[in-house]
Amino acid sequence: MPDGFRRDDRDVHPALDSPAYRSTALRHPREPLVHLPHTITEVTGPRLGRDRVGELDRDLMRQHAGEPLGERITVSGRLLDGNGRPIRDALIEVWQPNAAGRYRHRWDRWPAPLDPNFSGAGRCVTDGEGRYAFVTVKPGPYPWGNHPNAWRPAHIHFSLLGTAFAQRLVTQMYFPGDPLFPYDPIFNAVRDPKARERMVSRFSMDASQESWALAYEWDIVLRGRDETPMEAER
Amino acid sequence: MSLPLTPSQTVGPYLALGLPWEHGPYAVPEGSAEAIRISGRVLDGAGDPIPDALVETWQSDPEPSERFRGFARCPTDDEGRWFVVTLRPGRVPGPQGASQAPHLDVSVLARGMLNRAVTRIYFADQHEANAVDPVLASAPAERRATLLANLEDDGYRFDIRIQGPDETVFFDV
Repeated sequence: MPDGFRRDDRDVHPALDSPAYRSTALRHPREPLVHLPHTITEVTGPRLGRDRVGELDRDLMRQHAGEPLGERITVSGRLLDGNGRPIRDALIEVWQPNAAGRYRHRWDRWPAPLDPNFSGAGRCVTDGEGRYAFVTVKPGPYPWGNHPNAWRPAHIHFSLLGTAFAQRLVTQMYFPGDPLFPYDPIFNAVRDPKARERMVSRFSMDASQESWALAYEWDIVLRGRDETPMEAER
Repeated sequence: MSLPLTPSQTVGPYLALGLPWEHGPYAVPEGSAEAIRISGRVLDGAGDPIPDALVETWQSDPEPSERFRGFARCPTDDEGRWFVVTLRPGRVPGPQGASQAPHLDVSVLARGMLNRAVTRIYFADQHEANAVDPVLASAPAERRATLLANLEDDGYRFDIRIQGPDETVFFDV
């Protein structure tokens, strides 16, 4: 039997039933979840190598003829597991609105301008130390229909496959000091304030590049293998 | 060293910007001889289609290779429909020396879902293997059928009901 992954603490992830985020009402299971043992299906996962990713995929500023408008930033960090080990050669996918807070999507109709030079999607593969790096524009906040005068804090969507089905995670990276944090039901659906902090990137003067771009750093941690002895061995 | 985990957040309504791939639903190249097609809809607690969901499937058998990715992903369309084309999984080892029936692991992600929902696809025509599968046996008997894909004219059919009567069995992975 392969070793399983350590199961998440209760407070790490938001509850699927989070009434303040209204769309969860009809989109959360009501029946209790059934325990799934970590068998070979759960401890393995797709290995999607570098051949899927082109050089420009990680540079959202260079995907069109001209440069997008907005504040040029770098977003970089490491993909780690819960045991502190780097997750190498793993695909990271991101998507975001432009600097005005508008997504290039047919359903996004709020009256902020689209940017002809910005698609808002990127991907990269982590290196031998689990590092990743994107160049992009800082996304803008935007309104949504959840409640009166609802605005999402600026964020970038991140999708991580890790190395195993049990590690799959989709999350959002936020920016430090956003005044919208107290009002956002999606951010606050994570009940533990310390866990919320782990979704917020940090500004780095050291990594910022003179006359080029401000830098934000953010490490992502997926589940690690359970390294305590298996129950059967105790 | 133990590091605290990064929390999950919703894919939001605009997942189609970042997640769909060309040929994403095809774990094997289109037109492969032994390929099977599995399709269905993702429905909410009112029975309405979820048009902003993503369905991902993973199987460890047959062993992934250059011609077989083992993994497929498909965004739902305006009617909540999705499909994947893959190879028929075989039996694989399970807990305590048991054998598992052929299955795929499934992640469902959507706007309005703050974390993925995990389920499994089994095949209704694999009676013998299903009868001794330990994971199927752990699902409540009266809801077990929600984990079975049924063979229809255009392949296997597997609807995913996030909530409500006939709610699909979801797992804590």
